[in-house]
Amino acid sequence: MTDEKKTLIIEGKEVEFSNEPNLLEVIRKAGMNVPTLCYRPDLTSFGACRMCVVEVEYPNGRKMINSSCTMPPEAGIKVHLNTDKVRKIRKMVLELLLANHDRECTTCDKSGSCELQRYAEEYGIKHVKQYAQREVMTKIDDSSCALIRDNNKCILCGACVRACDEHQGLQVLGFANRGSKTVVEPMAGRPLGSSECINCGQCAAVCPTGALTINSTQVDEVWKAITNPEKKVVAQFAPSVRVAIGEMFGLKPGENSTKKINAALRRIGFDLVFDTNFSADLTIMEEAHEFIDRLQNGGKLPLFTSCCPGWVRFLETQHPDMLDHLSSCKSPQGMLGAIIREYVPQSHEGFTSENLVSVSIMPCTAKKYEAKREQFKMADGRQEIDYVLTTQELGRMIKEAGIDFKTLEGEEPDSPFGKYTGAGTIFGVSGGVAEAAARTAYEVVTGETLQNVVIDDMRGTKRVKTVELDLKGTKIKVKIVNTLREAEKCMREIKEGKADYQLLEVMACPGGCINGGGQPQSCNDSNIKELRAEGLYTDDATGEWRKSHENPEIKELYANHLEKPNSHKAHELLHTTYVNKRTNCYISVGENK
Amino acid sequence: MTETTQERIDFKVIDDILKSFEYKKSYLIAMLQKVQEVYRYLPEEAMTYIGEHIDGLSPATVYGVATFYAQFSLEPKGKYEIRVCDGTACHVRGSMPVLNAIKNKLKLKEGQKTCDNGLFSLEIVSCLGACGLAPVCMINDKVYPQMTSDAISVILDTLMKEEGIA
Repeated sequence: MTDEKKTLIIEGKEVEFSNEPNLLEVIRKAGMNVPTLCYRPDLTSFGACRMCVVEVEYPNGRKMINSSCTMPPEAGIKVHLNTDKVRKIRKMVLELLLANHDRECTTCDKSGSCELQRYAEEYGIKHVKQYAQREVMTKIDDSSCALIRDNNKCILCGACVRACDEHQGLQVLGFANRGSKTVVEPMAGRPLGSSECINCGQCAAVCPTGALTINSTQVDEVWKAITNPEKKVVAQFAPSVRVAIGEMFGLKPGENSTKKINAALRRIGFDLVFDTNFSADLTIMEEAHEFIDRLQNGGKLPLFTSCCPGWVRFLETQHPDMLDHLSSCKSPQGMLGAIIREYVPQSHEGFTSENLVSVSIMPCTAKKYEAKREQFKMADGRQEIDYVLTTQELGRMIKEAGIDFKTLEGEEPDSPFGKYTGAGTIFGVSGGVAEAAARTAYEVVTGETLQNVVIDDMRGTKRVKTVELDLKGTKIKVKIVNTLREAEKCMREIKEGKADYQLLEVMACPGGCINGGGQPQSCNDSNIKELRAEGLYTDDATGEWRKSHENPEIKELYANHLEKPNSHKAHELLHTTYVNKRTNCYISVGENK
Repeated sequence: MTETTQERIDFKVIDDILKSFEYKKSYLIAMLQKVQEVYRYLPEEAMTYIGEHIDGLSPATVYGVATFYAQFSLEPKGKYEIRVCDGTACHVRGSMPVLNAIKNKLKLKEGQKTCDNGLFSLEIVSCLGACGLAPVCMINDKVYPQMTSDAISVILDTLMKEEGIA
């Protein structure tokens, strides 16, 4: 019944539709468009901005204006996208929004990619002064190391509020007050930095204006380190960066730019370029062995993956009683951070622990927070990783350096932490960590060579996946979820004793790191994250090695330094501890008694 | 959170209120009303507790509801909550002189809602639904009809005497 084809007429053209959730989707599928500010295909329709209004003509001749994002498609209606009336409404919406907007566009972080700015230009908005202007400017909230909140740029579209709720189930951001005094803010107007925010950046990823942006203050410091002749700057970049950064330079989403990034980082002035994919392989070595150990020796199960800093903070703040499930492995960023500090001064001339500056490029805003963890502090008080930049920030640095990324000749990474396997590269997609771990665990447990390395059921950006594996008699069940809303459900399952799986992989962002809060904005097209995932799967399929333990540089690292996975040295460098970060009024009455 | 707030807020009290509403999200407003009855305002810690312990809510959303409705106060209200009706009927029958008389009597500065000793708080409301008795005031649950500035002064004097202040 729902798949039955029905038709309606858009701009005189007959268009078929079946189960599209709203008229806007029908319009877009038909290759036409209406402007939107608050609509995000991955979130529920909100109908706040009124930019997507269209004129609908019913068979009985009645005409009405309706917002296409909230209207279900109806058979037989005629839809006009661009009548005088509709244009007038959109213009007025823009004028009113701009009147209440801090119009310091040129110095805004979002300048050039702001949707409000774009529509203001497209609709030729010239007169805003006839309306009451924004008078009192509110303070910019830069308390979070991951994100900056500027309510003077907020248009109350509610996309961030929906993302925080629908993706993460956290509702850190909410609407407060009423009418013209309405604002989006955390509880009691508190700074984001002291809220329960897990820094995933999904709010900034859906913000149409400059109200929520990535905290980019470290970019200047990285430039300073690069131009300082006394400093040696080392870079690492994460799996998902390579399939997204090209979008900022006109390349297709999912196109693999690994070698271009190597070259661009050197052009910018980094002294050494390593690949976080290498340490993803290292993570698998440690985590797969930890998993096998727990499985065989009655350790705490299910084991939780620990690569995602948003997820780790979520556990620390919301479910500290579950922290012993969490793998003690540092994330790939954390592992490479430690390895660089420990071994680069030994292997590379001119590098000392003092002059080395460690920078990582991540698809993730929460990685900025992770790098500042107390546990990643060195004896001298500095952090193992000095600066974390997001894909967006690196893209901007490449532009600032005047590099033509599109035509840039690719280069190889530096050794000895530059080679990676397909198992490492798929870390960027939900399910990738589990698949990579399974490849290594299979061979360790069975002692046989795994022929078919791809586990299809673990792939794709679906929010929940459950896979059963048979390691030659050892049956294990793996659950893979992305978004913390789903992770929360797993926590309940486990607490109620209903969990029948032994490994739980969690990534906080929908689809995994490929769709992280630091990636180029892609919220108007759900397909982009699929293409990025495809890009990583292709990288896996075409690489020289596909199992982490086959990585020659990994073998070398263990042979020369670490001895074997989970050895004493490995624990010292590659493993970490977690802390209960729950505040008092979160604890239930009766709990802990 | 400071130690003093922990002493002040007994989460057991809050939890009992939530329990009486079966921890259901749909009863949020009723819960907030009960909490306000206990504390005469909504303490931040109480809102946080509610947001954290009810499925589908968060501190920020509870705060959103609390700031949306005028009936909720985020600052402590007085023991005597005075509401002066300034609906159309009350307004034309002279609610403003009554309001000014109260402000003078309680020595309330501009924008101040609760008097310094914490006994009285003052609020203007849009309509109490008793237009026939205009101008109307309410002190806690009691309705005072056909107020004048003199009448309200006498009432306040009586209350102050009861509380032992001249």
